[in-house]
Amino acid sequence: MGSKPRLMGYRRENGTMGIRNHVIILPLDDLSNAAAEAVAKVIPGTLALPHAFGRLQFGEDLQLTFDTLIGTGVNANVAAVVVIGIEPKWTQRVADGIAKTGKPVAAFSIEGKGDLQVIQEASRVAAMFLQDASGLVRTEAEMGDMIMSIKCGESDTTSGLGSCPTTSQAVDRWVEAGGTVFFGETSELTGGEHLIAERCIDAATRDLFQLTYDNYIKVIEATGANLLGSQPTQGNIAGGLTTIEEKALGNIAKTGSVPVVGVLKPAEMPSASKPGLYFMDSSSAAAECVTLMAAGGAVIHLFPTGQGNVIGNPIVPVLKLTANIKTAKSMTEHIDLDVSGLLRYEYDLTKAGDMMMDVIYDTVNGRLCKAEVMGHREFTFTKLYISA
Amino acid sequence: MAITPPQFLLHHDGDNVAVAMTDLQPGTLQGRSVKEGTESTAVLNHAIPLGHKFALADLAEGDSIIKYGIKVGLASAAIKKGDYIHTHNMRSYRWEASRA
Repeated sequence: MGSKPRLMGYRRENGTMGIRNHVIILPLDDLSNAAAEAVAKVIPGTLALPHAFGRLQFGEDLQLTFDTLIGTGVNANVAAVVVIGIEPKWTQRVADGIAKTGKPVAAFSIEGKGDLQVIQEASRVAAMFLQDASGLVRTEAEMGDMIMSIKCGESDTTSGLGSCPTTSQAVDRWVEAGGTVFFGETSELTGGEHLIAERCIDAATRDLFQLTYDNYIKVIEATGANLLGSQPTQGNIAGGLTTIEEKALGNIAKTGSVPVVGVLKPAEMPSASKPGLYFMDSSSAAAECVTLMAAGGAVIHLFPTGQGNVIGNPIVPVLKLTANIKTAKSMTEHIDLDVSGLLRYEYDLTKAGDMMMDVIYDTVNGRLCKAEVMGHREFTFTKLYISA
Repeated sequence: MAITPPQFLLHHDGDNVAVAMTDLQPGTLQGRSVKEGTESTAVLNHAIPLGHKFALADLAEGDSIIKYGIKVGLASAAIKKGDYIHTHNMRSYRWEASRA
């Protein structure tokens, strides 16, 4: 157990390494979901990524939507992209952002043509992209070639005791092998943010982390809201977590022991020349956070859960692990790894880490995770403020 | 490695709360600290479900609740050793408005 098998992935035009080979039909905006979904029906094997936004956004909020769309297209788990938007200018902007990597991309806009003509034109290109992608072969990969992301959800007290420390084992091993890992969930560091600040590799990183954290928390605290039921969630409370501080320490228990080498904006891609553990400013809501991390380049995600979150992502395998024996037994179709034996002292943390790595290796090499099998494809944008 | 599964776990020696590892009935329990591996017994006053917490010390209103060796909240009421602890008698110290 735990000995590293040969890892095989898809090397993309810009040198990044993916573990899936999706041809995606990416709508620029909510209005283009119908055409995108129709193309994915005409050409089975392509994947439409419908979402709710992209219209009349402005400023920083619009930029984040562009970054999310472009980052999703650029992600190394994607072989080729068909972008469909209501009008040509923003559609082309997203397509151009993706094309910079050398990846095959085509753009179509609906105004002046209508859905049916666009579906026909886009389907012809999607068919060609799909056939070409099917001819790509996996080549040998290293952990250092790939970005992993981590985020927990519907946590309970077993998360901080079992599934998060197990995730930590994988984080440390991944980074020590030269890989990159993202963690985030800005509000969910509250009460333990000093522990992350202490792990920042230098003063500049520490200052940027603290500023990023403080800015997020200001927005939350300015509402004066009672957050009980939101953060911690009702599921967290049902699982025995009482305060944000208690939840935060469990969350932080999954971040390993390696230094924090950088702070990323939502959906920002790290420098390829600086591997290591990065903090990404992000919501703690599962689908928002995983969508942002995928846009930043993560190709595999570890998701510790307590009460049983079911989230997946359209392009990134989301692996679930739990140390809650009830969840492991009642939600088997969602749980990739049961580490409840850790809390019964049937094995130690190193062994739990070995078990985690075995699941990771299998998933890298193409075995579907539970969220993929169950068709969980949550693609959820973070909205910073109202649209115009 | 294999030992009798503990009925409760605390993260660090010195924490004043412990976590139930199964659905527990009131009575004397066997437990363990994760970090140091210290075995201990505790008396639980209430039935609590898996994952929920109980006090390992008497706490006055306003006292710090310590888990992972770190303050994770305040007692919002007097708590006796062995009592169930959750939103009814514990609150955040960072988010003052977050109360049951």
